[in-house]
Amino acid sequence: MTDLSKTGAAVGEPAAATPAPSSFLEVRDLKVHFPTDDGLVKSVDGLSFQLEKGKTLGIVGESGSGKSVTSLGIMGLHTAGQYGKRKAQISGEIWLNGTELLSADPDHVRRLRGRQMAMIFQDPLSALHPYYTIGQQIVEAYRVHHGVDKKTAKRRAVEMLDRVGIPQPDKRVDSYPHEFSGGMRQRAMIAMSLVNNPELLIADEPTTALDVTVQAQILDLIRDLQKEFGSAVIIITHDLGVVAELADDILVMYGGRCVERGPADKVFYEPRHPYTWGLLGSMPRLDREQQERLIPVKGSPPSLINVPSGCAFNPRCPYADVPKDNVTRTVRPELAEVGSRHWAACHMTPEQRERIWTEEIAPKL
Amino acid sequence: MLAYLIRRLFAAAVMLVVIIMVVFGIFFLVPKWAGVDIATSFVGKQADPAAVEAVRVKLGLGDPIYVQVWEFFKGIFAGRTYSAGGDVTHCSAPCFGYSFRSEQAVWPVLTDRFPVTLGLALGAAVLWLVLGVSAGVLSALKRGSLWDRGAMVVALSGVSLPIYFTGMISLAVFAFGLKWLDAKYVPLDESFTGWFGGMILPWITLAFLYAAMYARITRATMLEILGEDYIRTARAKGLKEQVVIGKHAMRSTMTPILTMLGMDLGALIGGAILTESTFNLPGLGRAVLDAIKNQDLPIILGVTLITSLAVLIANLVVDILYAVIDPRVRLS
Repeated sequence: MTDLSKTGAAVGEPAAATPAPSSFLEVRDLKVHFPTDDGLVKSVDGLSFQLEKGKTLGIVGESGSGKSVTSLGIMGLHTAGQYGKRKAQISGEIWLNGTELLSADPDHVRRLRGRQMAMIFQDPLSALHPYYTIGQQIVEAYRVHHGVDKKTAKRRAVEMLDRVGIPQPDKRVDSYPHEFSGGMRQRAMIAMSLVNNPELLIADEPTTALDVTVQAQILDLIRDLQKEFGSAVIIITHDLGVVAELADDILVMYGGRCVERGPADKVFYEPRHPYTWGLLGSMPRLDREQQERLIPVKGSPPSLINVPSGCAFNPRCPYADVPKDNVTRTVRPELAEVGSRHWAACHMTPEQRERIWTEEIAPKL
Repeated sequence: MLAYLIRRLFAAAVMLVVIIMVVFGIFFLVPKWAGVDIATSFVGKQADPAAVEAVRVKLGLGDPIYVQVWEFFKGIFAGRTYSAGGDVTHCSAPCFGYSFRSEQAVWPVLTDRFPVTLGLALGAAVLWLVLGVSAGVLSALKRGSLWDRGAMVVALSGVSLPIYFTGMISLAVFAFGLKWLDAKYVPLDESFTGWFGGMILPWITLAFLYAAMYARITRATMLEILGEDYIRTARAKGLKEQVVIGKHAMRSTMTPILTMLGMDLGALIGGAILTESTFNLPGLGRAVLDAIKNQDLPIILGVTLITSLAVLIANLVVDILYAVIDPRVRLS
């Protein structure tokens, strides 16, 4: 696995200079910028990570941290269907199974979309076309990539609906999305995403729009299906509970960048970034008795147009005043290794952070 | 679907009765309240008192109002006989009234004129749908481009310029100046090519106005639909962009266009007064204009009634098409 700490320095290097990685999915220094009237919105500003098949990566962060923009970027959905003058500016590299997607022919990427990589969206009601039946939409997804007749494709659709736990799939296949409940719609959406056995599945807040009781079922379903198909899964959420349940690795995003990344256990039990502490502190926990009250992260997410120089989290960081040695505050902290396969981007020294975590934060959680 | 259909048909039938009542009210009750003598306005001020009196008896203006309404209503479905002593005038069903001034039933006048207006409206509708919708879609896809701006400026001028202006200009240029087209109406059963040639300018003039409106609404709707989540889903499936636009986005864009089409077509079938008088087409619009000039009240009444019917039927068709396009409509 490549050392992530050096990717920060690779900003501006030509993409072709780097060789194909061994990982199934590798994102290198991804930047997605949107020109607007007010200025350039740097939604994702230098993001790197890898993902192997059969593994799950959880991307966490608050609204506007660039989670969804990242996933749409991997799917190539910022460039597909971009009409008008203002196009998203995307740079960096996205390697999927040995193919670099950003420099690849758009039609080639289109063929991969839905077949090798698929996506589950947040709100299944608005993500499904209201005028077509569930069956028609799944059949369409299957037939784009497989030259089969409608009958065969419909059999496949029924099979998939059955697989995701929809009762009477042979009848429900002819229902319209509005005739399904929220949980059923998300199941149907999952069936549609998995109809081509994709090797990469991106789930963008798959449970946010759902009833709490249904959320767990959907997460179980995603986990079971991943085991069955052996796909790589990226699960995007602002709910740490969701990633705790599913993810092998966790990537914490803040202001379009990765602030902490590592194995799920490490990020949960030895987090090394004040923002991750904030996220953990603001998560309700039912498994601990002594918790006093939730500790919210004060302030609001940073503007992605005029990103402050230095650490983007600085204005909201409770430890901004901790004395830091040999650090220029106007320089952005880069990801640095803080443990085995564990990186964090903070100006405080690892020792300072370890002390704050063990003495001040952990006892309160 | 069947339940929806029955509900719509029933609603249309109720609406039909209401329309007939309202039209009756406009032509027979309002003048009465305003103190205008209805019999005089049906015959004309210069007519001799005996003739006015005969019409008064024939129309049953002395009867109670519910009898008058019933006679009026019955006439439309079963025909009506106007009689005053030995003077009997028969008006067979559907009786839309009888013009005592020109001594003819209104219905044959309407049926004579109707095909002209229908041909004008339908031909123009085909033209403006093709032009307006495709220009609107292209503008939406190339938002902010030179094409988009150009098309929207043309559309704005199309909406703003009155028909008698664009019609006159096109007549002056293409019919009288360049002599490319003949500005004369030839009935369809006489000569198809003659009819077609004579209709080209009216079609274009009328379609220009409507195409402009349809281009604007198509563009706005398309832009809105392109931002929908399900369009993103369609792309995420790996569908070609042509399919995403042509199938997924177009189907949703059709709904508001269809609504507009129903209302516009319904209103136009009742008479495109400006276009017909500019190009001298003997349609319903022309008939109503002449009737207004001659104060021929029954003809105006007939055209009013048939226009309302056209709008009613067009809306019924649109409602049914709605259900075909949008499955959610069938439920509610």
